[in-house]
Amino acid sequence: MHDLSPSGLSLPAPSRRSLLRGIGGAALLGAGIPLLSACGGSGAAADTKTVSLGSNSSDAVPKKAFAEIYAAFTKKSGIKVDVNTKDHNTFQEQINSYLQGTPDDVFTWFAGYRMQFFAAKKLATPIDDVWAKIGGNFPDAMKKLSKGEDGKYYFVPLYTYPWAVFYRKSVFAQHGYKVPTTWDDFVALCKRMQKDGLVPIAFGDKDAWPAMGTFDQINFRTNGYDFHVELMAGKASWTDPKVRKVFDHWSEILPYHQDGAVGRTWQDAAQTLVAKKAGMYLLGTFVGQQFTNKADLDDLDFFAFPEIDPQFGQDTVEAPTDGFMLSKAPKNRDGAVKLLEYLGTPEAEQIYLKADSSVVAASTKADTSSYTALQKKSFEMISSAKSLTQFMDRDSRPDFTSTVMQPALQNFVRNPKNVDSILSSIERQKKTIFASS
Amino acid sequence: MSTDTSTENPETAPAPSPGAAPAKSSTGHRRLLTRRDRITLGLMAGVPTILHVALVWLTALASIALAFTTWDGIGFDSIHWVGLQNFRQLFTSNPQFWPAVEHNVIWFVVLILLPTPFGLFLAVQLDKKIRFSRVYQTAFFLPVVVSLAVTGFVWQLVYNPDTGLINSLIGANKPGHYIDWIGDPDLNLWAVLVAASWRHAGYMMILYLAGLKGVDPALREASSLDGANEWQTFKNVVFPTLRPTNTVVLVVTIIEALRAFDLVFVFNKGAQGTELLSILVTNNIIGESSRIGYGSAIAVVLLVISLAVIIPYLIATFRKERRA
Repeated sequence: MHDLSPSGLSLPAPSRRSLLRGIGGAALLGAGIPLLSACGGSGAAADTKTVSLGSNSSDAVPKKAFAEIYAAFTKKSGIKVDVNTKDHNTFQEQINSYLQGTPDDVFTWFAGYRMQFFAAKKLATPIDDVWAKIGGNFPDAMKKLSKGEDGKYYFVPLYTYPWAVFYRKSVFAQHGYKVPTTWDDFVALCKRMQKDGLVPIAFGDKDAWPAMGTFDQINFRTNGYDFHVELMAGKASWTDPKVRKVFDHWSEILPYHQDGAVGRTWQDAAQTLVAKKAGMYLLGTFVGQQFTNKADLDDLDFFAFPEIDPQFGQDTVEAPTDGFMLSKAPKNRDGAVKLLEYLGTPEAEQIYLKADSSVVAASTKADTSSYTALQKKSFEMISSAKSLTQFMDRDSRPDFTSTVMQPALQNFVRNPKNVDSILSSIERQKKTIFASS
Repeated sequence: MSTDTSTENPETAPAPSPGAAPAKSSTGHRRLLTRRDRITLGLMAGVPTILHVALVWLTALASIALAFTTWDGIGFDSIHWVGLQNFRQLFTSNPQFWPAVEHNVIWFVVLILLPTPFGLFLAVQLDKKIRFSRVYQTAFFLPVVVSLAVTGFVWQLVYNPDTGLINSLIGANKPGHYIDWIGDPDLNLWAVLVAASWRHAGYMMILYLAGLKGVDPALREASSLDGANEWQTFKNVVFPTLRPTNTVVLVVTIIEALRAFDLVFVFNKGAQGTELLSILVTNNIIGESSRIGYGSAIAVVLLVISLAVIIPYLIATFRKERRA
C-alpha cells in the first residue's frame, strides 16, 4: 500500500517518512523525469519473449508482491516481464507524457473515470479478447468498472479496498455503543461519544482528499449512486438542492468532527483512533497501516456508512480499484494479452494478497481462507454491493477535483455557513473545466 | 518567471555601453582579431545566447501563447484557442486567485519591513568585530543554507497542531482550545511568514555584512571626529554608502516574494489562507489531465507583476548610475 493511494493526485504528504525518503530520492527523481518517456522504448521489448510493464508500485511491499506475480507468470508462460518501476507520484504526474511517448506494453492504473479518460483519448488499447477469458472471474460491478465509455474493456482489476467507518471494538464494548445503521442513530451516537469525552469522528484534511471521501459517502447515501455518477461526470449541477442537502447533512455532523482538521494529516487523525481518543474514523482500510501494534489492529473493526435515504439503503460501496491497462501501441501485443489474462486470474491476486493484507482481491473467485477478519469483512462488503464507486478524484476529472473540489471542501470544513457561495463557485468553475476538451 | 527577468535585465542593460564607447576603434579590433579568435568569440557569445533564447525567451513566449488556449497536454492538436477566456475566468470565478495575489504582496511587505531591517541590524552588530562574530554569522546564516523544503518541513513539525512544539508548550492541542497553525486561514500565512522571515533575516545579514565591509573606515573616522554619535554616523554616513547593497536587497526581496513556493508547498500545499500564485500555477499544470492553458495564464499574471515591479526600478537605477 502507498501512503497516498486513496488519492492519486495528492502530492507527497510531508509525513516524516515520505519527506526523508523524498529528500534522498529527489535528485534521482529529477533525473528520472526527462527519461520517463524514453525508458519504455529501450530494452528488448520488440522480441516476442518479453513484455514491458510500467509500474507505479514504488513502495517496497507492493513492489515485491508484484515481482512475485511476474515471476510466476514467466514460469508459466516463458515470457519475461521487463518492469520499469517509477515513483508512485511521479508516475501519476507524468502519465500524460508517458502514454504519449513510447510507453511500456502494459501499465498499472486505476479503474473508473481516470481509466476512461485515457481510453477516450486513444492512449489505451481495448482488451475485449482478454475479458472473453477472464470475465467469469469477476463480479458485475468490477466489469462495469473496467469498461470505457465506448463499452469496450480497457482494464484488468487486481485488488480493491473499501472506505468505511472504522472503530475500536473495545471502546464500543466499554461504553455499550451499538453500530449505527441509520443516520439518526449515527448522530445520536456522536452526541453520546461527545458526552463520554471522546472525539466522535477523527478527521484530518491537510492532504485535502479525505474530505472528498466524506462527501462521497453522504452523497450516494442521500441521492443514490446514479446521481453521484452524474454529479462526478459534470452533468448534474452543484447548485442543485440535492447537493445542498448533502452539505446540510454534513453540517449536522461536522461539529462532531475533530477540531482543526485542515491542519492535520490523516496519519495524525488515525493516531487518535489508535490512542482510543476518537470513537470513529471514516477512511479506507489503509487506516490499518497506522495500527502497528498487533493487539490494536485486532481491535479494529468497521461498519458501512449509515443509511440516510431508505430508498438507497447502504447499496453503494466506495472501493478504489487498482489494476492494469494495455498501452496504445504495444510492441508485443500477444505477450501482453497473455500477461493481462494471467493478471486477471485468482492465482495472481492471491500472490499479491499474501504480501499486502490491507486490500482484497478484485475477483470473487480468489481464495479467501487466508484473509484476516478485516479482509473478510471488506470482501463481503464489496461483493454484496450493488454499485461500486472509486473515489471522487478517480470518478471525476482530476483537474476539477484537485484545483476546485479540494480547496472548496477545505473551505466548507472550516466555514460550513458559507455553503451557498462555495457551491455556486464550484458550479461556475466546473462549467468551464468540463466545457474545455 | 521572476528569475527570467533578473537574468534578462543585466544582459540587456550593459549592452549599450560597450557598443557606444568603442565605436571608433571597431575597425581596428576587427583587424586585430584572427579568424580563430572570431570563431572562439562567436562560440562564446553564441552558445549562451542560443541557450538563453531557447530556455528563457522561447519558453516564456510559449507560455504566454498558451495562456490564450486550453490544452490538456495530450497531442498538439488538442490545443484550442480561447482568447481571453482563461483570464476572464481567473479574474472572476477563481476563488483562490485574488487571495493568492494578496498573499504574494503581503509576503513582500512583511519581508521588507521585518527581516530586512533585522538583518541590517545583525550585520551592523557583527561588523563591530565583537567576540564570536563568526559563530553568530554562521548561526544566522545557517537557515539560508538549508533548503526551503527542509525549512518548511521543520517548521511544519513545530506548528503541528497535535504534536507540534508550540501547541504542546502552551497546551493548545486539546479539544476546545485548539490552535490550528497550519489550517486556520487567519493564522497560517503568518505562521509561514515567521519561517520565511527566520531565513530571510540571515540572507539579508550576509548581504549587508558584505556591504558594510566595503564602507571606507575613513568615513567613520571623519564622522566621529565631527562629533557624530553612533546612530548619527550610521544614519547619515554608513547607510547612504550602502545604496548599491540596498538595490540588491530590494530586488532580491521582490524576487523572494514572487517566487515563494517551496516553503508553503511543504507546509500545507497552499491551502486556504496561504494561496500563492506560484502554487496555483503548479496545481494547475502538474498532474494527469493538466490545465496547461489556465496554468499558463496564471504564470503570465505572475510574469506581468514581476516585470511591472522590476523594470521601472532597474531603469531608474541604471539611469542614475549613468548620470553619476
